Amino acid sequence: MAERPRRDASDVPETPASGEPAAPAPEAPEESGNRLLSTLRGMLLPALALLAAFAVGAIVIVISDFDLLGQWGSDPIGAIGASWSAIMATYGALLRGSIGDPGALFGALFSADWEALRRAFGPLSETIVSATPLILTGLSVALAFRVGLFNIGAEGQLYIGSLFAVIAGFSLVGLPWFIHLPIAVGAGFLGGALWGFIPGLLKARTGAHEVIVTIMLNFVALNLIGWALKTELVQREGRSDAISKIVEPTALIPALVQGLRAHWGIVIALLAAVAVWWLLFRSTKGFEFRAVGFNPRAARYAGMSIAWSTVLSMVAAGGLAGLAGTAVILGGSGTLSPGFSPGYGFDGIVVALVGATRPLGVVAAAFLFGALRAGATPMQAATGTPIDLVVIIQALVIMFIAAPALVRAIFRIRAERRTAEVFAKGWGS
Amino acid sequence: MSPEPSHVKLELRGITKRFPGVVANQDVDLVVQPGEIHALLGENGAGKSTLMNVLYGLYRPDEGEILIDDKVVAFDGPGDAIDAGIGMVHQHFMLVPVFTVTENVMLGVETTRGPFGQLDRQAARGRIVEISERHGLHIDPDATVEDLPVGVRQRVEIIKTLYRHSNVLILDEPSAVLTPQETDELFAVMRSLVATGTSIVFITHKLNEVLEVADRITVLRRGTVAGTTTPDETNLEELAAMMVGRDVQLVVDRPPATPGEPILEVRDLVVRDERGHNAVNRLDLAVRAGEILAVAGVQGNGQSELVEAITGLREPDAGVVLLAGEPLADSPRDVFEAGVAHVPEDRMEDGLIADFTVADNLVLNSYWQPPFASGLRLHGEAIVSNAETLVGEYDIRTPSIFNPVGNLSGGNQQKVIAAREFSRPIKLIVAAQPTRGLDVGSIEYIHRRIVAKRDEGAAVLIVSSELDEVVALGDRIAVMYRGRIVDTLSPDEATPERLGLLMGGAHPEDDDAGTLVGATADTGSEQADG
Repeated sequence: MAERPRRDASDVPETPASGEPAAPAPEAPEESGNRLLSTLRGMLLPALALLAAFAVGAIVIVISDFDLLGQWGSDPIGAIGASWSAIMATYGALLRGSIGDPGALFGALFSADWEALRRAFGPLSETIVSATPLILTGLSVALAFRVGLFNIGAEGQLYIGSLFAVIAGFSLVGLPWFIHLPIAVGAGFLGGALWGFIPGLLKARTGAHEVIVTIMLNFVALNLIGWALKTELVQREGRSDAISKIVEPTALIPALVQGLRAHWGIVIALLAAVAVWWLLFRSTKGFEFRAVGFNPRAARYAGMSIAWSTVLSMVAAGGLAGLAGTAVILGGSGTLSPGFSPGYGFDGIVVALVGATRPLGVVAAAFLFGALRAGATPMQAATGTPIDLVVIIQALVIMFIAAPALVRAIFRIRAERRTAEVFAKGWGS
Repeated sequence: MSPEPSHVKLELRGITKRFPGVVANQDVDLVVQPGEIHALLGENGAGKSTLMNVLYGLYRPDEGEILIDDKVVAFDGPGDAIDAGIGMVHQHFMLVPVFTVTENVMLGVETTRGPFGQLDRQAARGRIVEISERHGLHIDPDATVEDLPVGVRQRVEIIKTLYRHSNVLILDEPSAVLTPQETDELFAVMRSLVATGTSIVFITHKLNEVLEVADRITVLRRGTVAGTTTPDETNLEELAAMMVGRDVQLVVDRPPATPGEPILEVRDLVVRDERGHNAVNRLDLAVRAGEILAVAGVQGNGQSELVEAITGLREPDAGVVLLAGEPLADSPRDVFEAGVAHVPEDRMEDGLIADFTVADNLVLNSYWQPPFASGLRLHGEAIVSNAETLVGEYDIRTPSIFNPVGNLSGGNQQKVIAAREFSRPIKLIVAAQPTRGLDVGSIEYIHRRIVAKRDEGAAVLIVSSELDEVVALGDRIAVMYRGRIVDTLSPDEATPERLGLLMGGAHPEDDDAGTLVGATADTGSEQADG
């Protein structure tokens, strides 16, 4: 009989209902403005966390440069300037590597020289290539999270999805692309969905915690792939290592622009974001999902099925992660090998976090991290700053977002009442 | 090695503790003399636990002070309270299941020996044996806690506090988890403890236990002290009345009921609670169209389980629930579709989703049907216009229908639920504690709405532990005690005295003993006559 502090906030003054007729309600802010404001407020903390991460990253840049460190001892004043220019050079290179050199972009636009254009847009294309799977895994994690589930298994779902997509890609021969490609992509979704269905069902039926189950299923998926790639059905002829057959050209996702690596997978990802948004905020299932995520007891009292929401959302989340792998494989080499994903599934957690589990936020965050990833190599080439800086920045972002109180303290923001302390929740039950 | 407990006087003076939107304790005074068992009696939500958490240093009071031996003390945490000699046995035990009794008792105050701080289990074990012998707390110090029955675990908790030299022991609903035999043993231990000068604060809502064991009784009601008395000066009915109150006389204008066909029929219903006990024990009741049946009773006598069984939230173990002669299906959605409105007991936990807007909460159980949805698609405009209509019709005070419902006051939250549940054709209303925690204006409003639905021909089942509410609303008043309806009275017969007596578990005087013999046979020893 714990007497919890009730959440009946008292800021709306209560007047006896029997008394005067209702006073005119305080001028309600226009609805759209209200929503925009709340969206912006939702993005504030992630944005500040990002800022803090880049600031700490700047310190890393300085102390990872031994010459610079030496200069701090001998010539502190000069070292300030040198450090500043090192930071600017590094972040500048990161920007050029991910978006492009503004001068070159501008010049290329006017030169009308195809080759120059292609080269100038190369970095942006790389960012899109990296962002595509991140959007999808980010949506996967975000969707499950809205239902109160922490999907750590996007990585495994991604692999199983890829396997299904590749098998559909090389085993069906002679179909036109507009039939073959949708089938292959659908198979990828199906594979991931299957791998999401398992933890969903276990949670709904037995209460097995989805965090444990999805983590374990990641290992199962990786080893399953390792085994499948060595079977006669999947393994490429004449190879002894674990690599799949190459999919038919009709199952490949075409490039957006000839000569650049960015492919139509980004369109699939953006459509998926719209679909998730619609599902969550415009459909009856999404209403249930969010209700169950916020307050499962009240959802049950209102006649919703928690078990159904759990299973369905995990199926959808798994499918989205499966699409991520599918887009990488069918939009790239067309062949599957173990370890092709540099952790897209886990990065999806970061993307969902930074995107505040909103589809639009997820897209923005995925582009951000895609850009970091794409810019890392050119940055190392240009300035000698180790590629690991990007990993550090990513880790710092997670850290700052996981500790909202810290960010609030740094930037001196007052805590919003009843702010959803988003990711603290999934661990609860 | 173990000094006799010193005799300590504990005093709480003017304690007020507020949480956002509620005052949990208002100006509470409490004096616990050395060597007395002081019962703190009150219903769920009356503020007992809050008060004890203040005393134990878990909450800091907004106003008021704690005095030990007439000196003001300030507790920054349970550590300070323990140092001051206050020990608490929580309702939910704080034990490490895989540790032995000795290890659990010494946890946090480990005695060590040798240069490397080895645990000195032997010394601790010796003291535990000594304490248990002195107070008759029989226990095997080497047993693993997870192998022990609940009653013995509670003993471990008591030993834990004595091991820390507590002079004041707080027992939070100690009998809630015990069998009658274990309860008797507990009372014997409590008497043995106070004989040595320890004082005990005994938190409970069970009236007969209070009369049996307490030296002094303080009754809390709605966060304030409703009175202090002793078992010699009072009796069951007076305590019951103090607990559930009769200070506010609410009168709702209503014409007499014109009961029609039976709508809800419950026959021989058995429902188990989480612990596997029969919370509802072969209960029968019937509600007709156009009448209000109010079920009175001290909380914890199976009312929650009864409501959950009727509304499809909990599966009955036996018996039938009929709605207009048809068996009521067993899922909450089927029950909704059958035309049953449910006002849940805990509006924030069960009735509303705090983070959802007012508009969304108003369609929380109907979002899936036209006009709010077709297929998978939600119709935002229909949801909005529904909300605009209902906010006006039910006078819900909110800055906007897009405001999260958690930001509304309790009265307006309850109006949201009433608007959602009553604004469709319904055959039956099941309302549990429909006005708990509301101000008088909101109470009257909700009552008027319920009477209006009755006059439209709905059958109404109210479950309430507020005597005023029961008397103000009930066309018939049933009293529930230990999972049974012990008596049904007309409003004229239902004096607070008579209700209090029945709620406290006393036999009804009339000859309607047919249902009663079975109800009281198993608990006969605990019956007390008023």
